[in-house]
This record gives sequence, C-alpha cells and structure tokens, in this order.
Amino acid sequence: MTGLFDRRQLLCGAGIGGGALALSAWMPAWAQTNAPGLIRDLPEVTGEDIRLKIAHQMLTIDGRQGHGIGINGTVPGPLIRLREGQNVRLHVENALDEDSSIHWHGLILPFHMDGVPGVSFPGIKPRTTFMYEFPILQAGTYWYHSHSGLQEQMGHYGPIVIDPEGADPIASDREHVVVLSDYSFMHPHRIFKKLKQMGGYFNRQKLTATDGEPMSASERVEWGRMRMDPTDVADVTGSTYTYLVNGHGPRDNWTALFKPGERVRLRFVNASAMTTFNVRIPGLKITIVQADGLNVRPVAVDEFQIAVAETYDAIVEPADDRAYTLVAESIDRSGMAVATLAPRPGMAAEVPPLRKRPLATMKDMGMGMDQGGGAAAGAAAGAGCTAEHAAMGHCAMPAAGGADHAAMGHGAAQGAGAGMAMDHSMRDFSVAPGVKKTPTVQTISPMPVDRMGDPGQGLEDVGHRVLTYRDLIAVERNPDIRAPERELRIHLTGNMERYMWAFDGEKLSEVRDPIPFLEGERVRITLVNDTMMTHPIHLHGHFFELVTGHGDYAPRKHTVNVQPGGTAAFDFTADAVGDWAFHCHMLYHMHAGMMQVVTVRPREDAA
Amino acid sequence: MSRMLFLGAAIGALTVATTALAQSHGGHGQHGATPASAQTPDPAPAPAASTCTPEHAEMGHCRMPEVEPTEPAATNPNCTPEHARMGHCTPNSGPIEGEAIGTNLSPGDAPAPRPVAANYADRIWGATAMQPTRDALRREHGGGSYSQVMIDLAEIKIAGGHTGYKFEADAWFGGDINRFALKADGEGEFGAAIDGVELKALYSRAIGPYFNLQAGVRQDLGVGPDRTDAVIGIEGLAPYWFEIDGYLYLSTEGEVRASASAEYDQRITQRLILQPKVEFDLSAQDIPELGIGSGLTSAEFGLRLRYEIAREFAPYVGIVHEAKLGRTAEFARAAGDDPSSTNFVVGVRAWF
Repeated sequence: MTGLFDRRQLLCGAGIGGGALALSAWMPAWAQTNAPGLIRDLPEVTGEDIRLKIAHQMLTIDGRQGHGIGINGTVPGPLIRLREGQNVRLHVENALDEDSSIHWHGLILPFHMDGVPGVSFPGIKPRTTFMYEFPILQAGTYWYHSHSGLQEQMGHYGPIVIDPEGADPIASDREHVVVLSDYSFMHPHRIFKKLKQMGGYFNRQKLTATDGEPMSASERVEWGRMRMDPTDVADVTGSTYTYLVNGHGPRDNWTALFKPGERVRLRFVNASAMTTFNVRIPGLKITIVQADGLNVRPVAVDEFQIAVAETYDAIVEPADDRAYTLVAESIDRSGMAVATLAPRPGMAAEVPPLRKRPLATMKDMGMGMDQGGGAAAGAAAGAGCTAEHAAMGHCAMPAAGGADHAAMGHGAAQGAGAGMAMDHSMRDFSVAPGVKKTPTVQTISPMPVDRMGDPGQGLEDVGHRVLTYRDLIAVERNPDIRAPERELRIHLTGNMERYMWAFDGEKLSEVRDPIPFLEGERVRITLVNDTMMTHPIHLHGHFFELVTGHGDYAPRKHTVNVQPGGTAAFDFTADAVGDWAFHCHMLYHMHAGMMQVVTVRPREDAA
Repeated sequence: MSRMLFLGAAIGALTVATTALAQSHGGHGQHGATPASAQTPDPAPAPAASTCTPEHAEMGHCRMPEVEPTEPAATNPNCTPEHARMGHCTPNSGPIEGEAIGTNLSPGDAPAPRPVAANYADRIWGATAMQPTRDALRREHGGGSYSQVMIDLAEIKIAGGHTGYKFEADAWFGGDINRFALKADGEGEFGAAIDGVELKALYSRAIGPYFNLQAGVRQDLGVGPDRTDAVIGIEGLAPYWFEIDGYLYLSTEGEVRASASAEYDQRITQRLILQPKVEFDLSAQDIPELGIGSGLTSAEFGLRLRYEIAREFAPYVGIVHEAKLGRTAEFARAAGDDPSSTNFVVGVRAWF
C-alpha cells in the first residue's frame, strides 16, 4: 500500500511543479484509485508479409481520452518481429485523410524504401496502400515511425525486433520491449504554434525571485545579459506531456513480469517526439548490452540517458521476489514515465520523487575548452589530457588553438555562472566559418568541447554510475577501419526566442544544396552544438562509428545525441547510394528546419 | 607531418581492412593480424580501477573496470557468450587504447565532392511524383507561417472620479523572417468619445536573432485633427531581457515625432509576474493643434502585477504614472488640464 501512496504523492508533486493547470490534469476525480497494473504487451506481427494500417483513433491515457494516430489500432503500433536474413514485404495502408509514411529507423535498406516523403519516395497518399519490400540484413532492436508532418507525436510509432540468424549472443530468460514516448492532449500543430509564439511556453520551472536556487544575483544578471535561460533544458515538458511506457501513463502502471533470478532483457526504444529520458530501476543494476541495435560490451550502470530515437538493450537480474519501479524521468524533471517490474500482477514498488531540475552550466553554453583541431586531436593526441584536466591547468593540450585557452584557466567555467566574467562573444562567427549569419543563429559556442564522455545534463552528480558514450565498445570489430579521407564540421544552430532550428544557420526551407558524399567515401563528421539544447542527430541509411577513442571497436549508431554547447564526432562510410535524410530527431526542431538531405553518389556519377 | 602520419595510417588501415573484409563473418580476433603489439596487457588495470570512482570515470579521467576488461582473456576460444556475459571473459579482442586504427586515426584533407541535386528518387518514382513532395518537404521544415494576437494591455484606470480605459494590442502574421504586423493603442474615458487611437500597419523583418526592423504607416484617430505618418522602427529583446521598441514618425504635414518603450517581466513565482514598463514620446517641433510641444512630450511609468491563470490569460492590477512634459505640459495647463496623473489600473493581458 505504501507504494500506491507514494505514487500518488509523486503525481501530486509533479502537479504542483507544473502549476495549477497541470494539477487539474493530473488529479481528476477518476484518478483517485490506483490501477493494479496493466499486463499488456504490444501485439506482434511477424512473417514475410506484414499488413499495417495507419488510422486515426482515440487513446486512453491514464483513463483520459485523447486523439491519436495508431497502427493496427494501437499506440504504439504493433511489435514487428523479424529474423535476420529474411525478406519482408510491409503493406502499409494509409487510412488518414492526409499523406503518411513509415520510416524504418535504423534499418539498412535501399534508399527508396526508407520512407521519407520528398527524399526517398512520394509518401503514402490517403486511402492508398504502399508496399515496402527489402531484405533484413541485421539484428537488434529498432523502431518505426511516421516521417510526415507531426504525426509521430500523435502515436504513429512502434518497435521492431530482429532476431539474429544464429543464436542470440545476448541470452536471456525473457524479454520485454519498453517503448518510451511522450503524449500531449494538445494537438502537435498547436504545440508548435505555441513554441513559435513563445519559446519558453512549456517551461514551468523558470528562475523566479522566489525559486530558492543557490544562484547569486550577479549570475542571474549575467544569464539575463546573454538573454539565455539556464532552466531551458526541454522545450516541451511535463506541463503538457504525459510520459508513456508502451502507450501507458504512470497511473496505468504498465507491468512487466519476471521470475526472481531470471535474466530479463529490456529492449528500450525512445519513440518520443521531444523527450530525452533518464532511465533507472532503483535496486537493480542495468547492464547495457546493445546500443542502437548493435551489440556492445556489457556495461553495468545504475542509470542511462536515452535520447530521442535511440535504442538500448539492457539485462537486469532481479533476484528478489518483489516489485521494482522502472523510472524514466524527462531530462528537465518535469515528469516521468513509470512502469513496474514485478513477479506477479498487481504489485507496485515505491516511486522515487522527481529529482531537482538541472540548470544549464557554462559548459552547456559552449564555454568549455576546445580541443583545437577537432575530434581528431581528442582521440589521437589527447591521451590522458582530457579537456577538463587541461582547463584546470593540470596538463597542456597538444593541439594548437587550445593551448591559450588552457592557459587562461577556463576551468572555472564548469559551475553554473561561474567564470561568466570571461567576456566571450556568444555570437562570434569567426569560430564557425561554415555558419550563415542568419537570425536562426542565436549563439555560437565559443569553445565547444567533446562531450561524449559526459553522462548528460543533470546526471553529473547523481551519486551513482551513469552511462556515457565513451563506455560503449562494439562487440564486433568495425567493418571499415580506414582513416577518414576528410572531415566535415556541421554546426547545430538555433534561436530559442524565435523557435528556429537549423544546421549551419540555414533551415531546410532555405538550404540550396544537399550535403554531398561519394560512394565508399569515409568521412569524419563533427557536430558542434551551438545551442543550449540537446540534439539527437540521426543519419538515415547508415551506421556511423563514434569517435570516442575505441579505435576499430567504436560503437556504431544511427543516432547520436549532441550535448548542449558540446561536440560529438563520428566516422562513417558512405556506402548506401541514394538520397538520405539527416536531421535532429527532436520532432519540433526538425519541423522548424533542423534537417538536411545527404546525397551518396557513385564516383563515376559525380565527376 | 600530419600528412605523412595520415599516409602511414592509411596504408596500415588498408592492410587491416582487407583482412577484416575477408573475415567479416568469421567475426573475431582480428588484432593478431595488426602490426601493433596486440597482446600486450594493459600495464595497470587493477589498481587503477580500484580508485576509479564513477564520477571520475564520467569525466573521462579513468575507466571503470567492467568497460575495460583485461586483454589476455580476449582471444580465448573457450569464451562462450554465456561466460562473456558473466564477465568471466571477453568473446573477442577489443580496442587497444591509443592504437592508431579506425576511429583513432586523424582525418585527411581530401576535397569535398561538388553538391548534386537530391533527386535520386526520381529514377524510381519519377520526377512528376517526387517534385511536389520534395517541395512540401522543404516547406514543412522551416517554411511555415504562424500568427499571434497579443492584447498586452486592456485596462480600466481609476483616478479622481473618472474612469478611463486603455488598450495596447498587436498582431503578427508570417514566417520567421518576414511578417506583417498590426498595432493598435488607444485610450479614453467612459461616456465620452475616444481620446485617441493609434494604428500601425507594418512590414516586419527579422534583422538578427532578437530584433525586427519595421516600416509602414501609422494612422491616428480620435479627438482633434487626425494624422497619417510614415513609420520606421525597431522592436525586439535587448540584453537583460528587456523588451524594447522605438519608432520614428514623419507625418503628411512634415512633422517628425518619435516614441520608445521598454518593459521587463520579473517573475515572482512561475505565475505571478511584476512588469515595470516605461514609454516616452518625443516631437521635433511644436504641433499646437495636437497640444504637442517640441522635445520630450510625455512619459509613462507603469508597474503591473499579473497572475497567469494560463500563459495566454493573465489578469493584473497596477499603478501608472503619466506626465506631459516641457512645452507639452504647458499646452495642457493652458487648456485647463492636469499635465500629470497617477492611476490605479485593473486589466487583463491575453493572447492567442
């Protein structure tokens, strides 16, 4: 019973944090009894011929009705279960009154089957059926979703699990698919309009005169001087979202069963439109065994951050005959998705309260310390000398441009507001030669650092082990271990006041040329985040290897989260001829223009 | 130097790549083939690991033990997946810290290819089918048009037996850069003809991340002679979160006037907001028929406390001090009016 009580307290707390309006949404009369827990797995479709029907439907989230777009009548859509080496024909019927599409996120397939209207195919017209057909070349956990308009926000997504041809090297006694997502009773076009009208519309955790934050008046004034808001961690928050596990709200208490002592494989998919989740299961170690569908060496952690569109497979071994709470807290801690792992239905464990929301630091503003020649320096030359160490003056970075900064002692910039007196221009285009001088560019990170070793905003000091990208090491050796032939720096730019987002200062609507690659070309792409928001960047049709110092065992991913004010670098081989989408997977960032098209052409075509 | 390094690395990588390709399905143990001393054990695994706190590891200062299993077990052929999972061994060789291979290599400086049209899908679906969706794709990703109507002030003022009213509203419609803006300000007393209404129709263009340049026409209506002005001005967000605007007016009579305002939202709580606001009007010349003298003509300071029931709807109370200044004040006195007043106001701020 305590568990139930705590759950209610949590909801109450979230309501107060979100304000009175949210409170009324959280606490209607029907919600006064707690659900015993839904034991309902997603329906599964399998085989060589799979039929999917996209249609409008009503959803019931925590007992409340809302509009949604489902597939075969459910949100999330059915689990598509395939086997490596098979062929699949997916007959997708669009029963909406508007165009739709399905993109198979992370699958390696011919570009014209990738499902992006305007890039790979013309889309699926209303009342028509489109047949996708492609061979399944890989195994692992993936997902699918609409690439049309804002349909994804309404529920147009679902998981894909592909079993390997042989025995699965990751053995488990049972598995559960855990699709995390965000749902709003507000229509997505309305959400987007509100953001255009007022970028901070959904932030109900702003600094106030009575917030009690240990922040000096001068720090507050400095943030104000820069016209930046340190509480701006998520654009769309728990003030409008209900966070879902497999389509169920916290009150539904979706429950995954286990027998004590079993090895349970959890296949996490973040199918959110806008929410970065921090996932933990108090009382259980989470051993990450797969990232973005590909196996990694087991890493035992207490918590991990999962960006939009990422997948992680984890093994948990609950030994005791008791319930455990699976908590997926939104990055700004305005709400959480909650599920239960239990040996029997009807159980619930204590739900931890929302932790204090993080505040952006100067590092999130790109005032870290640059590694000079980009990511290359980090991997090759920077052995032992991390940026943080160098900044503290413990060592000197070997790279050219970085040395002066190290000498200047920018280490102070780590704390929120500290070191702000360093008057770095926050919009100096000379440090970002490729960026267009447009109103889309509110700031340019003056000294961005590689943040792939950081656990994520608000997770630096949680007192337990949190996964970072540097912890990921591929199990299989990378298929292409050549040095990149060239490097490309792409800046992630934005303007929170106007809610504009773009690559290199140009929205897709303004861009003239796609980003060209030659077939077989190996290129290092360094993503530089010039904004205060995280951006999960997804390259279609390819896996890429993160440049995190693991040489030929670099983790291979389809989506990389670039932390605020930081950089992330990856090498990739342009081996899939065609046109591919390349974008931020924050749905409203993409809708605002943070997208590009990538072309891969045979060398003979591109003379 | 770096080019030589790159060359050497590339040759090394190539040889490794061929072997890797040849065995891409065989899986593991590639390290034996590389020229690097693959089997050298990590010199300080155990003691280093024991001092490696998670915090340190997160900072990248050290590695947690489970991430960096010792190398000797690496190529153990008896390492079944089950064993590996238990952490007893590692199924295949892993990265060697700092080895010049794969992602540890520096990129070269090959030129980027020339951009081509992103129309590869035309080969499969035809240009007729693709072009409309290609256009829609661009439109939908950054090319949208939006709008906002903001009634910043709609208030009743109470002072010395009179009750007056005042409103300030604006609206915009358009994209991120180019917008059409309408502004309407007015005030009066209940039971009398409206004192004055000022309407502006402006083209607004974003000229930076925070500011819009605006130009258009202003039409004044109300008591006394009306004026029509050409307007140019700027509005936006200044450092320290001040919302400011300033306009210059040239009337059809050749008169030059200006106005400026600034406001600031001080949040007391997430919903309770105190807003100081100042407004100034200036004139380059006397305009007796409008009761305006040259110089600073009037100033207004308001302090309004609003409560956001919703972001879009916030009732407020406030106090507003208005003063006609300089020669304008003289005109007012000559007409028997008090050039300054302090009023309590009650109103609502709303937008959609």
